[in-house]
This record gives sequence, C-alpha cells and structure tokens, in this order.
Amino acid sequence: MTDQPSNPLRDEIQKAISENSVLLFMKGTPEQPACGFSARTVAMLQSLSQPFAAINVLPDQRIRQELSALSNWPTIPQLFIDGELVGGCDIVTEMYESGELQEALGLESEPAEPRAPEPAVAPAQPLSIENRL
Amino acid sequence: MRLATLGDVSATPEELKQRIEAEISGASAEVTGDGHHFNAVVSAPAFEGLSRIAQHRLVYDVFGAEVGDRIHALSIQTKPE
Repeated sequence: MTDQPSNPLRDEIQKAISENSVLLFMKGTPEQPACGFSARTVAMLQSLSQPFAAINVLPDQRIRQELSALSNWPTIPQLFIDGELVGGCDIVTEMYESGELQEALGLESEPAEPRAPEPAVAPAQPLSIENRL
Repeated sequence: MRLATLGDVSATPEELKQRIEAEISGASAEVTGDGHHFNAVVSAPAFEGLSRIAQHRLVYDVFGAEVGDRIHALSIQTKPE
C-alpha cells in the first residue's frame, strides 16, 4: 500500500528513460526544434550518426514539471544515456568537444566511417516518442 | 495621488554573480546576460571531485525555481579550483 497518489505521467517518463538507451527530452522535435539549446543538442547527436529517441516537452507543461522533479534538473534539453542523466546543452557540448560524449555513447571518439543507422527501439504512444537519426 | 511603481524585477548579471559567490563557498563567478538569458562561468574548490552534473546542480540550486522563470535561461560552465 502507498499513500502516494498514483502518478501515471511520471511512471511513463521513467519507463521511457529506462527503455530508450539514448533519450533526449527537448523543446520541439528533431526536425523542428523550438529552442536553440535543443537544436544544438540534436545537431551534436546527429553529427555522430547516433540514433536517439526524443520527447517533446512542449505539448503539456506537466511533462516538464514531472521530468524536472524526477531528474532534479531544472532546464530543457536533458539527455539520458543508459538511464542516466548526462546533462543539458552545456554539458553535452563540453563532452562532445572532449570526446567524452562519444565514449559515453560507445562510439569511436574519432568518427571513422558513417555507421549504418540502427533502428532505435521505442514504444511510442503516450509520450509520442520519436525515433530519429 | 501618487502612483506606486514596482522596482525593476528583472535579474542582472551582477545579482547572479553575487548570489553564486555568496552561496557556494570560495566560488568566483563571471556572469554575462541580458536580463533573461545568462551565461555563468564559475570556479570553486567545492566542485573538486564532483561530476559535471553535480557541479552544475550546485549552481542551479542557488536560484531554485527562478531558473526557467525569472531567469529564463542559465548556461553554465564550471571549473574546479
């Protein structure tokens, strides 16, 4: 028994984080980012040919509230790798430039030849996760 | 009759700098910004041994719910020192 009210949205967010090895919470979509920080983070992942799942936080203010409560991180975007918050645009940029991001993603730090895009796994409906290269 | 006016409530780089330096022990901060979007470069001995995430959280924690609201965007670089 629990006296916590059930929180389906937070459960869905947690589920998305655990089921997608690379997951970006962003403003807008990879095709149409609605914020410069989200756009830059998408561009870095795309430049590494890294498949990732993305969740747009804009359609419902509660997504962002629940996400920040869960991750203890106030801003968007938020990049999760293997269920762990890696950071927002600033940290991802630093890690990209130092090669740590490539390492965290299990990529060669010097992108050799473009890798064949792997189909990313993601059940989609409730949070409209989009899988994009 | 005199109209009361509210003071300017927008944040300033100087305010952010002072609050970071007051809250994080031994920190020195350089903050730039336009009143809504800010960039802070913070060095502090307190960052030593912490992950980047943890270092940035220390800075965000200075402002709590103001980040994303009154402080629309706060870009951070941290340096242990």
